Amino acid sequence: MTAIIAWLRKPAGRRNVTGYIFIAPFILGFLLWFLIPALTSVWLAFQKWNMIKPPDFVGLDNFRRLLSDKLFWQALKVTAMYTAISVPLSMVLAFSLALLMNTKVRGITVFRTLYYLPSIVPAVANAVLWAWFLNSDFGLLNALLHAIGLPKVLWLQKPEWALPALILMSLWGLGGGMVIFLAGLQGIPNEFYEAAEIDGAGPWAKLWHVTIPLMSPIIFFSLVMGIIGTFQVFTAGYLITNGGPQNATLFYVLYLWRNAFQYLEMGYAAALAWVLFFIIMGLTAFIFKGIGSRVYYEWV
Amino acid sequence: MTATDVRHSAGDSLGTHAVSGRLSRRWLSRGMIWVVLVVGSLVMMLPLLWMISSSLKLEQKVFQFPPQLIPNPFRLANYVDALTYKPFFTYLKNTVFLVLMNQLAVLLVSSFCAYGFARIRFAGRDLWFTIVLATMMVPYVVMLVPQFVIFTRLRWIDTFLPLIVPHFFGGGAFNIFLLRQFFRTIPEELADAARIDGCSEFGIYWRIMLPLAKPALITVAIFTFFGTWNDFMGPLLYLNSPGKFTLSVGLATFRSALAVGRTRWDLLMAFSTAMTLPVVVVFFLAQRYFVQGVVLTGLKG
Repeated sequence: MTAIIAWLRKPAGRRNVTGYIFIAPFILGFLLWFLIPALTSVWLAFQKWNMIKPPDFVGLDNFRRLLSDKLFWQALKVTAMYTAISVPLSMVLAFSLALLMNTKVRGITVFRTLYYLPSIVPAVANAVLWAWFLNSDFGLLNALLHAIGLPKVLWLQKPEWALPALILMSLWGLGGGMVIFLAGLQGIPNEFYEAAEIDGAGPWAKLWHVTIPLMSPIIFFSLVMGIIGTFQVFTAGYLITNGGPQNATLFYVLYLWRNAFQYLEMGYAAALAWVLFFIIMGLTAFIFKGIGSRVYYEWV
Repeated sequence: MTATDVRHSAGDSLGTHAVSGRLSRRWLSRGMIWVVLVVGSLVMMLPLLWMISSSLKLEQKVFQFPPQLIPNPFRLANYVDALTYKPFFTYLKNTVFLVLMNQLAVLLVSSFCAYGFARIRFAGRDLWFTIVLATMMVPYVVMLVPQFVIFTRLRWIDTFLPLIVPHFFGGGAFNIFLLRQFFRTIPEELADAARIDGCSEFGIYWRIMLPLAKPALITVAIFTFFGTWNDFMGPLLYLNSPGKFTLSVGLATFRSALAVGRTRWDLLMAFSTAMTLPVVVVFFLAQRYFVQGVVLTGLKG
């Protein structure tokens, strides 16, 4: 006891106590809403439980069931395709727009605002708006196609068109990425370009050997966050297509949601969540290993 | 010719270029870039304009092909209909309540924790900060099911508690991170001077750091507003009685209620516009902080 009091009298001891008082809310929150749920989730993944009857330990059954669950593979396929197309496409578009805007064009703040605005529309309003925009009979998109002589597309009724329609919708939110890229471009010192010009670099060489390497930390970060985000999309699939037609937009989280909160398969849903967790972590690790070493951090 | 080239040549004195004819090409390409950007922004605005235009149409004009872009006649009464068809103002009240509670929680608690991480040297600080960063990387889906189980056990279903209380514990890892980065840029000497005058760490946090961190706090407040206003999954999962719905859940049920029979897209669009408007207003009022915040999140992550 006296030892503790003596320690508390010392500045280092007092600093420790003060420090932990300051971060105490985080530590409590971490235990209550993170660690305990995570452990519960691990436990759940090995149970069969509908929240009414007592849980039943089933070992690896939930994971075995996954392997033969056609809808699980469908959900994985849909989500992977969505991610594989939406993330690179919106990154390339956002990057190109940022490059264009980084020229001394007139009205850059106006452009930035106009491109950014769609990405702040609330998710549900966005979904309702796109359901109407894509409406095959009276929607604006088909009206525009009609105006240039193209046939009507059943965007949300045909399995082959539903996912592309939602990818198109996701591209509408590229403003956030664009703003980040633009800020990064504006932070590149002019000297780099001047040095490259002296060495005889043309515009493409400068883009490839100066701009992209210097932007690589930001590109890398956007890629990782983009993948983590798109693997967890929910609202569009839930509200616009409800997973259909023929499960063409059955996103992974939507399938998980149905298992958990409609079929009350809590154990199976927890197993699904962990599989998604390992897929995302695996992909992130893969990206880190694959291109992480080619990212230039020194100058940021 | 790429954009970067144009940008950097813009500063050059125009006559010094060896290759003749580049000057006019340069002007041409700048014009081209401008045209591309204008066309692009029109495309980006189309869905929004479509929403507003549809929200002002007569019901029968909504189902007209090809559609009118500018409604004739304007029917402002759609907004009255849309906002009274479902208890919009109840949803609004609930949403605003959640926004205010979360602002209180996030601004107070995340800055408090951030101060500890930024300015006090204590054993285990770096480990805990690594944990803060790690929690940001974990997909929310992993927590979805167990948190629901826990909140059910606590009998918090169909109350606002699951949507508020967690914010009082830490105020969000991301906000702690953002504010910590900001606190570290404030000169230590200010705090030292206060310490010599006998000010406690809590006093320094409250009287010196918080007032100085106003720009970062505004950024956090904006993110909290957007996050709460736009949140769909949380309220959808935890709120059951219509009297407790937020705008997001209200609009979603509005859509499914109308899915039977002919969908009243005019009213849905009016509701959507009404729900989007406050977000746009906040965006314009705080654009500077907002862009700064987006950039901070993207660059410093």
